[in-house]
Amino acid sequence: MAVTTYSGAEQYNFEVVKKFAVMSLVWAVVGMFVGVYIASELAWPFLNFDSPYISFGRFRPVHTTSVIFGFGGSALFATSYYVVQRTCQTRLISDGMASFTFWGWMAVIALADVSYMLGYTQSREYAEMEWPIDILIEVVWVTYLILFVGTIMRRKQPHIYVANWFYLAFILATALLHTFNNLAVPINLFSMKSYSLFSGVQDAMTQWWYGHNAVGFFLTAAFLGMMYYFVPKQAGRPIYSYRLSIVHFWALAFMYMWVGAHHLHWTALPDWTSSLAAAFSILLLMPSWGGMINGIMTLSGAWDKLRTDPIMRFMIVALSFYGMSTFEGPMMSLKEVNALSHYTDWTVGHVHSGALGWVAMITFGSLYHMIPKLWATKMYSRKLIEWHFWLATIGIVLYIVAMWISGITQGLMWRAFDEFGNLQYSFVETVAAMHPFYAMRAIGGMFFLTGMLTMAFNIFMTIRQGKRENAALEGKLASKLAHA
Amino acid sequence: MNLNFKHEWVETNIGLMVVLTMLAISIGGLVEIAPLFFIDNTIEKVDGVRPYTPLEQRGRDIYQREGCYLCHSQMIRPFRDEKLRYGHYSLAAESQYDHPFQWGSKRTGPDLARVGGKYSNEWHVQHLTAPRSMVPESVMPNYPWLSKTPLDISDITDRMKALREVGVPYSLTDAEYKANVAKFGETVAKQLHIPNAQQSIVEQANFGNYDGDRSGISEMDALVAYLQVLGTMVDFNKYKDDTFVNDR
Repeated sequence: MAVTTYSGAEQYNFEVVKKFAVMSLVWAVVGMFVGVYIASELAWPFLNFDSPYISFGRFRPVHTTSVIFGFGGSALFATSYYVVQRTCQTRLISDGMASFTFWGWMAVIALADVSYMLGYTQSREYAEMEWPIDILIEVVWVTYLILFVGTIMRRKQPHIYVANWFYLAFILATALLHTFNNLAVPINLFSMKSYSLFSGVQDAMTQWWYGHNAVGFFLTAAFLGMMYYFVPKQAGRPIYSYRLSIVHFWALAFMYMWVGAHHLHWTALPDWTSSLAAAFSILLLMPSWGGMINGIMTLSGAWDKLRTDPIMRFMIVALSFYGMSTFEGPMMSLKEVNALSHYTDWTVGHVHSGALGWVAMITFGSLYHMIPKLWATKMYSRKLIEWHFWLATIGIVLYIVAMWISGITQGLMWRAFDEFGNLQYSFVETVAAMHPFYAMRAIGGMFFLTGMLTMAFNIFMTIRQGKRENAALEGKLASKLAHA
Repeated sequence: MNLNFKHEWVETNIGLMVVLTMLAISIGGLVEIAPLFFIDNTIEKVDGVRPYTPLEQRGRDIYQREGCYLCHSQMIRPFRDEKLRYGHYSLAAESQYDHPFQWGSKRTGPDLARVGGKYSNEWHVQHLTAPRSMVPESVMPNYPWLSKTPLDISDITDRMKALREVGVPYSLTDAEYKANVAKFGETVAKQLHIPNAQQSIVEQANFGNYDGDRSGISEMDALVAYLQVLGTMVDFNKYKDDTFVNDR
């Protein structure tokens, strides 16, 4: 290895970045496969096969955890470690801590998935992990915070780059949310089972304060961090407006924390709380669109790249979906709209236009940019990136259109009255009406998963190619040195 | 504050950035969550709401374990159609002993907040075991293992003690028991007394015979006992239509 020290390979810890990047693809395939499977269970319930382990109720958290924390989380660890080292021009302060966050985080996802299938769950959406796993998360997360901030403290540049602000806000907010939403008393120290500290209305409020900010910080602020590094890099242009990034950063960080209660409109939560949340949800449109505009306008003057560069296309489509779902969200937080949309598939569709359209697409773009650089090579196949782009886009459109139709249909059927003032439909008639859309959604998911498999293959071939090129180069150098 | 504030200070000082970010993200939660513990009319004053009996609580544990909350809400909204379909809108008081809450966020199946007493035990057992044998269009999974699995009651006192820790008035001492007698009546108070827990489960399961099989106590017994109590604790005939309006 001594011959390779000519490069900057030892300047940065790319080992941990590589591991997280590869595992984010693995969890994406696992999580999206389970997603397609549970979507199919709703369309064709025989697929539950009378098995406790894969019945919808136990399998659904396996999907959400694997995609949000497995795929999304690993991609965030990978890119944040990459970005913080590159922009601070310094190495992560500790290889041991970096490695611990990797193995710790992998253990969290694997243990969580297995424990759900065995029936251990806190039944808090997106925070289903039981208390021992929560403690492990806490330890990993604090390590992550120390590592990230410590590395920034050792930076060679006076300024902290914008992307790092967003990653920092995401790390801090996740620590805060995770801690308070998982306060629980175990039944004894040898049991996984616990009961939450709060009950009823306070418990609901805490959960949705967490739930929506898992979206706000884990799935938005952090991915904006990703966007602020990789979009300018891929476009070869500076960020459109530095001032805009300052304004929308602080507005976003402040406002997101207020909006969770819009998940509890018309419930037993006091009116003032959910109304306040709705007001902030509408205000939030502005900082959200600030981010979208800043990202898309970065391409101004280089629009031709949309035609020529499939990676750029992933990023711009991601920003467009971000803009669309951050418009849809405030609209759904209006009480009158929410009265129709809540409890229906419209919410599910909304989440997926954000999760597939924004989070996954910006991640794909960033990984396609970063992975060849990590292995000092080029992407194996550009054609396959094009294929992935179209498979993913068609998949998303099928998915969200199906959910819009089924959600609005079901919401309207529930509240329909006949001419005598009785309910027009029984509940199960509305379930039957959903069937074609559930099938359509499952097919949309299959498209998206197929695209994901295309990417996994393409990345696998890229890494193999990078390793071979590197080995050939080393061989050449070694023989030259031997002759000299 | 210095009027010549420059954002550059924050951009070049990680400590300042951490502090200001923490400040920005703390306010929303503080303003919206903390008052819910102190504002008096957050939870309505209403008679009848009691903690779950040990058997019902075990049923609730199973409800949680199987992820029922992912397809069934337990929160009826104050709309005309929901009143006709499900009954009176849900009160905060009705979930005051629910650790954790099970309001849910999705109705792939119907709301269950007031399902108690609407169907017979036999209907529930058959429906849980094979939903499509009762409702052909249903997309619910079959739960055949519930009738076959004996209910584990070995750690019931641990469970009740943990719930007592977080504020559910299960009694351990004589004084607590007497307070429960005063508040809920003697029959209920006996069931909430932790030293009686195992006996109470056996008695309630034998008396209710929820799964239609007297040879043992199954998980089905517990789950059906839980479903049958949902939404039945408050007698709304005792209250005028607008009694709870001002509590929202």
